[in-house]
Amino acid sequence: MYILHSCGNLRNKRCNLQDFAEAFRLAFGLVLSGDRDLFEIIVLSLQVSLSALMISCVIGFTLGTLVAVTRFPGRGLAVVTFNTLMGLPPVVVGLLVYLLLSRAGPLGTLGLLYTPTAMIIAQAILITPIVAALTRQIIEDLFSEYDELFQSLGLSVWQAMGALLWDARYSLITVALAGFGRAIAEVGAVMIVGGNIDHLTRVMTTAIALETSKGDLALALALGIVLLAISMTVNALALSMRATAARQAYA
Amino acid sequence: MREFTLQMPHSVNAGSASKAAAKAASLFPLAVNALIFEAGGRRLIDRLDLTLSAAGTTILMGPNGAGKSLLLRLLHGLILPSDGTISWGGKQPDRDIQRRQALVFQKPVLLRRSVTDNIDFVLRLHGQADAERRQELLARVGLLELAHQPARRLSGGEQQRLALARALATRPEVLLLDEPTSSLDPASVLMIEQIVRETAARGVKVIFVTHDIGQARRLADDVVFLHRGSVAEHAPAAAFFSNPSSSVARDFLAGRIIL
Ligand SMILES: Nc1ncnc2c1ncn2[C@@H]1O[C@H](COP(=O)(O)OP(=O)(O)O)[C@@H](O)[C@H]1O
Ligand SMILES: [Mg+2]
Repeated sequence: MYILHSCGNLRNKRCNLQDFAEAFRLAFGLVLSGDRDLFEIIVLSLQVSLSALMISCVIGFTLGTLVAVTRFPGRGLAVVTFNTLMGLPPVVVGLLVYLLLSRAGPLGTLGLLYTPTAMIIAQAILITPIVAALTRQIIEDLFSEYDELFQSLGLSVWQAMGALLWDARYSLITVALAGFGRAIAEVGAVMIVGGNIDHLTRVMTTAIALETSKGDLALALALGIVLLAISMTVNALALSMRATAARQAYA
Repeated sequence: MREFTLQMPHSVNAGSASKAAAKAASLFPLAVNALIFEAGGRRLIDRLDLTLSAAGTTILMGPNGAGKSLLLRLLHGLILPSDGTISWGGKQPDRDIQRRQALVFQKPVLLRRSVTDNIDFVLRLHGQADAERRQELLARVGLLELAHQPARRLSGGEQQRLALARALATRPEVLLLDEPTSSLDPASVLMIEQIVRETAARGVKVIFVTHDIGQARRLADDVVFLHRGSVAEHAPAAAFFSNPSSSVARDFLAGRIIL
């Protein structure tokens, strides 16, 4: 999509199949030669998204499980909120975090805007509802099966939560992978709060957007290929996780 | 048929019930008074009265839908009555009383873990994770060779034996079983009945739901016959099987259909 769009904008380059072929050749060259700039961007992307994922899992697993095993007034609202927030548009999250962290904002004094930390915060906000909502669903199904056993054994809420989280581990890894997939592919939020600063906050998605608009299709494509590979790996892992769970009859 | 199942080590649960009973007040007599349970606009347990003593194995019998499973859940405190009282030695079912009892469900509920971890989970809860005791329990139900299998890959009979071993791991004073052997292989049925007998012989009160008349005859000290949510008859086993006083029990024993 970006490629076609940029072709339209490039006046002094003729856009044809040969250019595409050349771009692909260069892209693979960059990936295979271990280009430093490329790898810097990849490493930062992974750092940001994995950190965000870690935060989201700690919060999302806990909240999702808590809501699944407890009954309290307003519980239905919590469930609806999780499910609604699952579809948060990344640019809106970016905007909110921007307002929060900008100099005039409530957390402005921390000076976090345009840092990787800001990007981690934005991505964590983006995927925590996903992790929480999917976790709630999974744990609730499991709990309906274990509920009477746990009551009979006299488990406390915390003991029950621990046991449920452990027994749902394969499904929860799949949830984490889904969250990671969303974080690493997201562009709007990190663009706004990170600013796409070279060597500082440039990640794969923002670099692709920039390089494409500049007309450097090779780097953009190289990053696109890496992003695709990561996405495929994540999906393969999710698939094998499901297979493992089924094989062990833990699912 | 595995012969070793009939000569199991006798130390697993020995003396536990009497030790616990010395510490806490006895759970007996169990007195159920005018118990009512309603759900979905239907009265499913209907002014049920029942008194059970600490001794022996009580068999809970009755046609499908009589309320046997509901009564067991009410006694254990998993569901609350709509009206009436349940008193275990003078106390309402609560968490403390629940912990002194163990319930084996009709359809075993096993954790998504290995056989070993299913036992260890309960041992740890009771602060006594102990490999030796776990091995003893597994040996007792004939599952030593399957110790490292995922529990949910076991056959139905093996799963129920594991559930029973897990129940015994809590050293209960009362063992409640809800049709534990319905649709199991004969070897598992025999093993479970044997363990239940041994457990009762050690002073654990057993309340066993079944609608298998043969099984009731093999295990019962006394029989409670439920019909439409209340007790139609409660009698010592010998009397119940030779000369049932209620017409529904007589029909049931004769193999007639009860409405
Ligand atoms: N939670 C519930 N809500 C409504 N009806 C129930 C509930 N649990 C059981 N029942 C009904 O109560 C009756 C007795 O059930 P149950 O105790 O399971 O019978 P059984 O003697 O076969 O174990 C059945 O008709 C069943 O459908
Ligand atoms: Mg039943």
